[in-house]
Amino acid sequence: MAHDQNDAPKGLLRRSLLQGTAGILATGLAPAIHAQDKPVLRYLGTAVNQDKEIADKFKADTGITIQYVAVTTDDVTKRAVTAPNSFDLLDTEYFSLKKIVPTGNLKGIDVKRVKNADKITALFTRGEVAGKKVGDQGTAPKKVIFLEGEKSKVFAKAPTQFMSLIPTTYNADTLGIRPDLIKRPINSWAELLNPEFKGKTSILNIPSIGIMDAAMVVEAMGKYKYPDKGNMTKKEIDLTIATLIEAKKAGQFRALWKDFNESVNLMASGEVVIQSMWSPAVTAVRTKGIDCVFQPLKEGYRAWASGFGLPATLSGKKLDAAYEFINWFLDGWAGAYLNRQGYYSAVLETAKAKMEPYEWAYWMEGKPATQDIKSPHGDLLAKTGSVRDGGSYEQRMGGIACWNAVMDENEYMVRKWNEFVAA
Amino acid sequence: MARAVPAWWQAGPFAAVFGLFFLLPLALTLAVSFWNFNEYELIPAFSLRNYLTVFEGCGALGDRGNLCVTLATYASTLQLCALVWACTLALGFTVAYFLAFHVRSPGMQTALFVLCTVPFWTSNVIRMISWVPLLGRNGLVNDFLMGAHLVDHPVEWLLFSRFSVVLAFVHLYTMFMIVPIFNSMMRIDRSLLEAASDAGASAWQALWNVVVPLSRTGILIGSIFVITIVMGDFVTIGVMGGQQIASVGKIIQVQTSYLQFPLAAANAVILLAVVLMIIWGLTQLVDIRREL
Repeated sequence: MAHDQNDAPKGLLRRSLLQGTAGILATGLAPAIHAQDKPVLRYLGTAVNQDKEIADKFKADTGITIQYVAVTTDDVTKRAVTAPNSFDLLDTEYFSLKKIVPTGNLKGIDVKRVKNADKITALFTRGEVAGKKVGDQGTAPKKVIFLEGEKSKVFAKAPTQFMSLIPTTYNADTLGIRPDLIKRPINSWAELLNPEFKGKTSILNIPSIGIMDAAMVVEAMGKYKYPDKGNMTKKEIDLTIATLIEAKKAGQFRALWKDFNESVNLMASGEVVIQSMWSPAVTAVRTKGIDCVFQPLKEGYRAWASGFGLPATLSGKKLDAAYEFINWFLDGWAGAYLNRQGYYSAVLETAKAKMEPYEWAYWMEGKPATQDIKSPHGDLLAKTGSVRDGGSYEQRMGGIACWNAVMDENEYMVRKWNEFVAA
Repeated sequence: MARAVPAWWQAGPFAAVFGLFFLLPLALTLAVSFWNFNEYELIPAFSLRNYLTVFEGCGALGDRGNLCVTLATYASTLQLCALVWACTLALGFTVAYFLAFHVRSPGMQTALFVLCTVPFWTSNVIRMISWVPLLGRNGLVNDFLMGAHLVDHPVEWLLFSRFSVVLAFVHLYTMFMIVPIFNSMMRIDRSLLEAASDAGASAWQALWNVVVPLSRTGILIGSIFVITIVMGDFVTIGVMGGQQIASVGKIIQVQTSYLQFPLAAANAVILLAVVLMIIWGLTQLVDIRREL
């Protein structure tokens, strides 16, 4: 990268001044010339991944504008399937690929054009963390990351030159708890349906993810052991939903949540003391000064991963710009930025180069913080001496039990989930 | 004929808008509801599969004596709808009566009427969410009840319950009752009330035998507004019910988000039929065309 951190502000200022002037001139005089100059990439994804600072930094480095189109997780898939020309860059989760790839709306990403492709963590390509296999129930990325060709509608069984998505962020989810209101250690998914917390629990109301959490609970309670939690049979779906309905009728749940902010509010207001939760939501509760823990559990984690995909119709300058963005994204700055938010980045070694050693030790190695840990926005996340929930990268990602998934019996599952909501 | 042509031209624009934005989408929804589908595509072939799926298991009660999902959902939605309708009607009628018959000066009437619309200056969702800190387990109401030693434990049913859903609906939509009822009441010839009183009717008799029958157009229009909104709503029921209360709108929303458009279309068609039946039933009570 041409800039290092020291000269970035100066370069940024000069560039934005020049652009500002050009913009003023262009509006009245020569709009066509200005528009031709650098492409604008329409970036379709969920709001959580669309950070203004990432777009600003990329623009400062390359002059290419990222235009965020923020929709919900479900709508990302819907648009990728029904309106593939409405975006230039897709940011979606691996489990959605089972729906998107068969439509032929995605273009295989040529790994030869991606500089750091061979440095992408083995978790994605081989399903390994530190040389050890992790759980691959559900839509594990290694099952769907390679395509047979650039225009293929089927997944390749072994690595090829074409990737469906270039991984960006991923993490492992577990239960969030309010230790100040629970006042005892929690170590199993089974606690979610423990009558002790009657009327104070919540579960995720996105059926395909919620049912995985429910399956973790069913297994933890010793009721049933699934061959694959991410691909249940009708009978297994019935069993899982029956367990949920029974709990709901007994008044176990205070509410169900569907979006990030709902889960934060439920937890922060004390309406709920234990619920399935996303790691940044736990951080959000904590930045309000309320004690909240992303609790590691003995049965392991439910993992998810998202990545960048290219629409099949993308070509020319826009395609080049999309590759430039992918290369820039894997180059470290964005990776470090994501790591500091508590996500994990796809290429660890470039991210490490852009992080301070004490930050790397806290976020990735599970060591006590030697200085106060701050978010990229400067909020205090952890005081000196504290340790990250779930420990190191290897402990956390090595403890994956299953991955977010789309089941073969998806339609039946959604119907049964509606039954749970209606019960 | 010479006079008919301009008339057709005048009706044309609205007919075009009506056709393009109402009839066409409706026809498409109806068509799609008979299509087949899989995870990622719609298959245009006539099939009754979606309707069969919607009513699967509805022929008999389930193992625990429960209704099938569709009937249970309609029962829950209709019950909410009836509660909201009764509350908004009672409140709306009272407010409209006060505005129309007790407030004498037109200036004051306008001022109070504008006051009624103040809540509409902020968004629906904000008005809804602002109930949460008030009614929650650690909310203001519970703080007060606990502080006054009226209860030992926080009252749980204030939030994320049928109560909170109805409360939010009443808060949001009473205005839709007030406006048409007020409008009908303003057209009532005041001499009729004087005549009633001259004939010896009490205030209640005048209200019941003169005002209510002459306001029925307004009542009907208000009822149609409220019923159609509540039957199709999924946001209010979701937020205030803690996502735990079933509504037909929610089912449709979940299905569209999983790309099950034909199933959602079938549900939408059924919902439309149910709402049309309710409205048809209401219009049997009042001949709305004649009254207007």
